[in-house]
Amino acid sequence: MNQNNQSAEIIKKIQSSTRRGNLITYGIVLAAYIVMQSLVSTGHISSLLKGLLVPVCVYVIAAVSLNLVVGISGELSLGHAGFMCVGAYASSFFTNAYGDGLPNWFRLILAIIVGAAAAGLFGILIGVPVLRLKGDYLAIVTLAFGEIIKNLINVLYAGVDSNGIHISTKSAMDLNMGPDGKQIIKGALGISGTPRLSTFTAGVVLIIITLFIVQNLMNSRAGRAIMSTRDNRIAAESIGIPVTKYKLLAFAVSAALAGAAGVLYSHNLASLSTAKFDYNTSILVLVFVVLGGIGNIRGSIIAAVILTVLPEMLRGLSAYRMLIYAVILIAMMLFNWAPAAISWRERMMERLPFGRKKRTGEED
Amino acid sequence: MSFITYLKDGISLGAVYAIIALGYTMVYGIAKMLNFAHGDVIMVGAYVALMMLTKTGAPPIAAVLVSMAACTLLGITIEMVAYRPLRKASSSLAVLITAIGVSYLLQNLALLIFGAGGKTFVNVVSFPSVSLADGQLNISGTTIVTILVSVIIMVSLTLFVNKTKPGHAMLAVSEDRDAAQLMGVNVNATISLTFAIGSGLAAVAGVLLCSAYPIVSPYTGAMPGIKAFTAAVFGGIGSIPGAMLGGILLGVIEVLGKAYISTQVADAIVFGVLIVVLLVKPSGLFGKNIQEKV
Amino acid sequence: MKKWTRLISVTAAAAMMASLVAPASVFADDVFVIGGIGPLTGGAAAYGTAVENGAKVAVEEINAAGGINGAQIDFRMEDDVHNQETSVNAYNTLKDQGMQVLLGTVTSAPCIAVLAEAINDNMFLLTPSGTAVEAIAGDNAFRVCFSDPNQGTKSAEYIGDHQLATKIGIIYKGDDPYSVGITENFTAEAPNHGLEIVSSEAFLGDSTDFGTQLNAAKNAGAEMIFLPIYYEPASLILKQAADMDYHPSYFGCDGLDGLLAIENFDTSLAEGVMLLTPFTPNAEDELTQKFVAAYKEANDGLVPIQFAADAYDGIYAIKAAMEDAGVTPDMSVSDICEALKVSMQNITLEGLTGTITWGADGEPNKEPKAVVITDGEYVPM
Repeated sequence: MNQNNQSAEIIKKIQSSTRRGNLITYGIVLAAYIVMQSLVSTGHISSLLKGLLVPVCVYVIAAVSLNLVVGISGELSLGHAGFMCVGAYASSFFTNAYGDGLPNWFRLILAIIVGAAAAGLFGILIGVPVLRLKGDYLAIVTLAFGEIIKNLINVLYAGVDSNGIHISTKSAMDLNMGPDGKQIIKGALGISGTPRLSTFTAGVVLIIITLFIVQNLMNSRAGRAIMSTRDNRIAAESIGIPVTKYKLLAFAVSAALAGAAGVLYSHNLASLSTAKFDYNTSILVLVFVVLGGIGNIRGSIIAAVILTVLPEMLRGLSAYRMLIYAVILIAMMLFNWAPAAISWRERMMERLPFGRKKRTGEED
Repeated sequence: MSFITYLKDGISLGAVYAIIALGYTMVYGIAKMLNFAHGDVIMVGAYVALMMLTKTGAPPIAAVLVSMAACTLLGITIEMVAYRPLRKASSSLAVLITAIGVSYLLQNLALLIFGAGGKTFVNVVSFPSVSLADGQLNISGTTIVTILVSVIIMVSLTLFVNKTKPGHAMLAVSEDRDAAQLMGVNVNATISLTFAIGSGLAAVAGVLLCSAYPIVSPYTGAMPGIKAFTAAVFGGIGSIPGAMLGGILLGVIEVLGKAYISTQVADAIVFGVLIVVLLVKPSGLFGKNIQEKV
Repeated sequence: MKKWTRLISVTAAAAMMASLVAPASVFADDVFVIGGIGPLTGGAAAYGTAVENGAKVAVEEINAAGGINGAQIDFRMEDDVHNQETSVNAYNTLKDQGMQVLLGTVTSAPCIAVLAEAINDNMFLLTPSGTAVEAIAGDNAFRVCFSDPNQGTKSAEYIGDHQLATKIGIIYKGDDPYSVGITENFTAEAPNHGLEIVSSEAFLGDSTDFGTQLNAAKNAGAEMIFLPIYYEPASLILKQAADMDYHPSYFGCDGLDGLLAIENFDTSLAEGVMLLTPFTPNAEDELTQKFVAAYKEANDGLVPIQFAADAYDGIYAIKAAMEDAGVTPDMSVSDICEALKVSMQNITLEGLTGTITWGADGEPNKEPKAVVITDGEYVPM
C-alpha cells in the first residue's frame, strides 16, 4: 500500500516535470515564431533567412517525427525521406489536380491531409513487415524501402482529365488523356508548377501539432510500453505488452508526420523531383535526431535549426564550406556524446562559481 | 547464351561488391559499428593508386601497395580520432553519425584536392581475357582477377580469424568486449588492427572497382558502399563467407533484374529481393541468430 | 540533452541568426552584380565549376576592356549542390549581396525552382545550361543552350537526314530530367525520319555497369547507340562496349562534350563518336582559340567543356543586352529586367556556341553543329 503510494507519487512527479518540459518546448517555438515574424514584418531580415524559414520548419517536423521512432523504440530508421517523398508527391498531385479557386490556406490544409494520409498508409504497409526485424537489419530494410519508393516514383506518370486520374509507368503518351487533360507527374522530371502555399505560419502551426502528437504519444501508455521494450524487450514481452501493435502505431504516426513535412516542402518550391529524397536526406534527418539527443524532442528542434542554417552560414567559405561542415559535425558529435567529453564538461560545470550540484536523477 | 552472358556480368559486378562487403563485415563484426565512411576509403584508395600510376609512373603492384598502406594509415587514424572516443557512448547511433561526418569529410577533401570531374582510371590488371564457347562468352581479365582476389581475401581472412592469435583476439572482442578485456585481450589494439585490415582491403577494392568501371570521382565510393553494406546484411553481417555470397548474389540479381524485368527499376528489384530475404531469414543468409539472454 | 550543451547550442543558434538577420547594407552603385548559381560540390560539381570558370573568363575580359556601359562587373557564384532547395537559398544569398542579374542556374530542376523566385522579384534570368522547357517559363527568363525537346528532335532529324543509321538503341539516365527529356522527344520524333528504336534502356544514379543495356542493344541489332547523357557514364559505356567486342556507332547530345577532356581517357575508344554540340574546344576560329587559351591558363590547363562556353556566351549576351538597353548599375532589379527583356530580342551574339538571337519565348536561335571525333579531335561534320 505504502509502496503503491510512493510509486504513484513518483509517477506524478515525473509527469509534472515532463509537462513542464513540454510547455517550455512550445514556448521556445512560439517565441522563435514571434521574433522571426516581427523581423519579417519590419523588414529587418535578410532574403536568405526569410527563405530558410519554411525549410527549417520542414526539417524540424521531420526530425521530431523521426525521434518518435528512434527515440522511443530505439530502432534505427533510414527511410524517413521515403515517407516525405510520398507526402510531397501525393499532395502536389492533389493540389495541381484539384482545388483551383479555393482559398490558399484551405488548399494547404487539404494538401497536408492528403500527404499525411498517404504517407501514413505507406507507414503501415511498410511497418507491418519491417517491425519484425531489429537493429541494423531494420535499418537496412527501411533504407531499402526508401530507395524503392524513390525508384518507383521516378517511372510514374500521372495526369488528370474530366474522366478522372490516369496513371502509367511507361511514358506520358501512355496516359491516354482527353484533350482537357493535365499531365502532372512526369516521371523523372517530377512535378513542376506546384503553387506556393506553404508559409512560415503554417509551418509553425504544423510544428506545434507535431509536438503535441509526438509528446503525447511518448507519454502515453503506448509510449511507455514501447520504451519498456527498448530498455528490456524480454522483460516487457514477458509481462504481456503487445509490443508490435504499439510500435506499428508509432511508426505509422511518424510516417504521417514526415509526409506532412514533405507537403510543406513540396508546396514551397516550384519544382519537385525524387533526387531530394534519397538516403542522404534520411541520414540528414537522423543526424538531427542523434545530435540533438535521442528521445529529446527539444534537442531535435535545435539541432535541425542549427544544421539547416549552418551550411548557408558557411557560404562565405566557398569551396571549404562542406569540409568545414563535416568537421563541425564530427566535433559536435564527439563533444556531445563522447564519455570523456561529457565527464570533462561535468568537471567544468562544478568548478564554475554558480555551478550546480552534480545531477542525481535523469534529465529531461 | 545471353542468360550466361548476363550471369557472368552479374558475377563480375558482384565480385566487386563482395570485396567491399568483406571490409564492411569485418569492421562491423568486430567493432560493432557501421562504418559509413568505408565507401569513401575505397575512393581514397583508388585516387592514391591512380596518382602513383600516372604521376610517378610506378609499376601497378607498387601503386597498389602504396595505396593499401595509405588507406591502412587512414583507417587507423579515423578510428582513433573519430570513433574510439565514442566507443563507450550511451548510444551506438552516435558513432554512426560520426562515420557519416567522416564520409562527408573525405568526399569534400577529395573534391578540393582532385577536382569535381571524374578521371579515367588506368588499368592495372594485365591479365588476359578468356574467351569461351567460340568467342560468344568473353570474360575480361579484370573480372577474373577480381573474382580470384575476392576468393583469396575471403579464405585468408577466414584463416586469419580462426587460426592466428590476433584473429582469436578479434573473435573474442566480437563475442564480448568486456570479457575479452578481462582475459587480457588488448581491445584497442585489436580494433585498430581490424580497421587497418578493413581499410587495406578497401584500397584493393578501390583499385579493382575502378579497374572494372574505370572512372574515379570524389563520389565514386558512395553508391558501391551502400550496395556493399546491403550485400553484407544480405549475407548476414559479421559473416565473412556471407559477405562474399551476399555480394555475388546482389550483383547477379541486379544484372538479371535489369536484363529481364526493367532497367528503370533495377534498384527497386535489388532492394525488394533483399527485403524478402530478410523477412524470411531475419539475420541474413549466414547470420547467427543469437537469442538474447536475460 | 545536457543543459551545458543546450546553453552552447542556443547561444550558437542565436549568434547565427543574428548574423543572418542583418539586412544587406548599401551596395556600391558603380558595379553590376551578376550572380551565378550551380553545383560546385556534389555529384554534378563538374558542370557548375565549368560554368563558374567560363563566366569568369568573360567577366575578366569585359572588365579589362572597360566594363559594361562604363561599369565593372562583380560576378559572384554560389553553390546549389544540384538541389532545388539549396538553389533557392543560393538565390536569396545572392539577392542579399545585391545581385541585379542572374546567370543561372546551371541545372534544370533547380532552375525551375529559382525561376519562381525570380519571377516574383522580376529578376532577369539567363540560364547557360538549364535545358528543361519549364526552366525558362517566364518572360524574364532566357537560355543559351538548346532545350530538351529541341535536342531530341534535332538529333533524330540529323541522324535521319544524313542516313547515319536506321536501327537505334538508346541508353539514357532514368532519373535525370535532362536525359529523360531528350529521350522522350527523340523517341517521338524518330519514326518521322525512318528511324527504328530497337532498344531503349535506362540506368540509374551513379551506375557504372552498363553490360545489360549494351547487351540488350546488341541482341536487338542496334547499329547506332544514342546517348543523351553526360560524358562520364558515356566514357564507361564506350569502354564496356569495346570490351564485349560490340562496335556500334554512337550519337550524343551536348552532354557528351567533355568526353575527350576526361583525364587519362583512352580517346581511341571515342573514335567515330558523333555529337550534336554547339561548342568544341579545338575549333579553329579565333574566338574559340582565345577562350580556350584563357580558360586553360586560369584553370591549370583544364580544357573547357560546353558548359563553360555557354556561360561565356551568357555573360556576353548580358553585356550586349545591357548595352543595347543602356542600363546603369543604379537602376533597380526590376527596371533592369524590364529593359533586358526587350533588348535580348534585339541583339545578335557572335558567340562561342554560334551566332545566336533570342525570341520572346527565351529560346535561342542558333544552328546545331554536329561533330565527329576523329583521331582524338572534334571535327565538324
